[in-house]
Amino acid sequence: MAIDRREFMRLAGLGGVVFASGLPGWARAQGYGASAEEFFFVQLSDLHWGFSDPKVNPDFAGTLQKAIAAVNGLSQQPDFVVFTGDLTHNTDDPRERRRRLGEVKEITAALKVKDLKFMPGEHDASLDNGKAFREFFGDTHHTFDHKGVHFIALDNVSDPAAALGEGQLRWLAADLASRDRKAPIVVFAHRPLFDLLPQWDWATRDGAKAIDLMMPFENLTVFYGHIHQENHHMTGHIAHHSAKSLMFPLPAPLSQPKRTPLPWDPNEPYKGLGFREVELEERGVKVAIEELSVVKRSAA
Amino acid sequence: MTRDRSFLHERRRVALALPVAALLALAGGYLAAAQAAPKERVIKLTVKRFEYSQKEIVLKRGQPVVIEITSLDVPHGFSVPDFRARADIVLPGKVTRVKFTPDREGTFTYLCDIFCGTEHERVEGRFIVRT
Repeated sequence: MAIDRREFMRLAGLGGVVFASGLPGWARAQGYGASAEEFFFVQLSDLHWGFSDPKVNPDFAGTLQKAIAAVNGLSQQPDFVVFTGDLTHNTDDPRERRRRLGEVKEITAALKVKDLKFMPGEHDASLDNGKAFREFFGDTHHTFDHKGVHFIALDNVSDPAAALGEGQLRWLAADLASRDRKAPIVVFAHRPLFDLLPQWDWATRDGAKAIDLMMPFENLTVFYGHIHQENHHMTGHIAHHSAKSLMFPLPAPLSQPKRTPLPWDPNEPYKGLGFREVELEERGVKVAIEELSVVKRSAA
Repeated sequence: MTRDRSFLHERRRVALALPVAALLALAGGYLAAAQAAPKERVIKLTVKRFEYSQKEIVLKRGQPVVIEITSLDVPHGFSVPDFRARADIVLPGKVTRVKFTPDREGTFTYLCDIFCGTEHERVEGRFIVRT
């Protein structure tokens, strides 16, 4: 069934690169969670609503809506959609910040799927420690369970120093303490938890402590945003997958002197922008990822 | 007997000479070390939204530096990841000191790692380390 859906999207011109990570423990853990079902969710990231430089994205006011239409057009609807931060582009004006957050809430309400999980990025939360975000979307870090998989949304942005903080690390340790080492777990964060490139501020100050806490778990995968491009990295057996943005792509690590947005290519509009669907197979311990574009492209 | 006394006298001379030689060697070592260690260089920087007061600073390889940095507006950061040097926070009106020794040649980024607003990503500069 999953392969059929991917094939459909490829033929419809929505599909991108398929990346599958069969985690080391999944084969041994197949018996885990007898009641678990296969399902998929969609990850949208770095919407930067309020950004308005037409040289970088002339469709700054319409790209998000196109992505929502693309999700609504999927042959099967995801169980939920997670937004991994930077819903809005930063503003110093608290009223304007709230206006942008409110607009994101209104626009994303057009998604057919109604189970939406919102997380903050530093653009949403760092200047007021997440106050405005919480008014619209609730806690900046939380957990939930879905069809046998445990999900943990971490907040490494409300502290402008990009730290999780000792309190959240204790909370994470307590959440993980009672869990089976083979349990399927998915962690969401905005910034990379590992030192991807501290020279470009692509890191979390105390992320290594969180990874240490996660390391005993055999079937744990991390999804994040922040760097506006796909990146797949392993810390030991733990895979970390970053998502594309829906406003502007950023350069590959150290591919140019500064981390300035890649220019809009009129010959390939929306290039580098997109979203992904994540399927949890084999009772939730095997992760399959499909990258999707904002607009239809001819099938490769 | 005479030979025995002479022998003792010789031993005393040796016993005296050894601590003196050790002291001289020690003092010489300190002097050599003092001459070899390059003097610490103090560099004053300010930071404001959205720039450091200097965007490029030339350093001498092996010479220890102390960055004395102050914010002119909101809290900022100062980090030199390649030398694992970082300020916890740079507050307005307060001097924060960050020490490190550039131990290799090249160009190395320093950046604000505390989100300070829309153009936060622009708050950075380069150390150019030469021999």
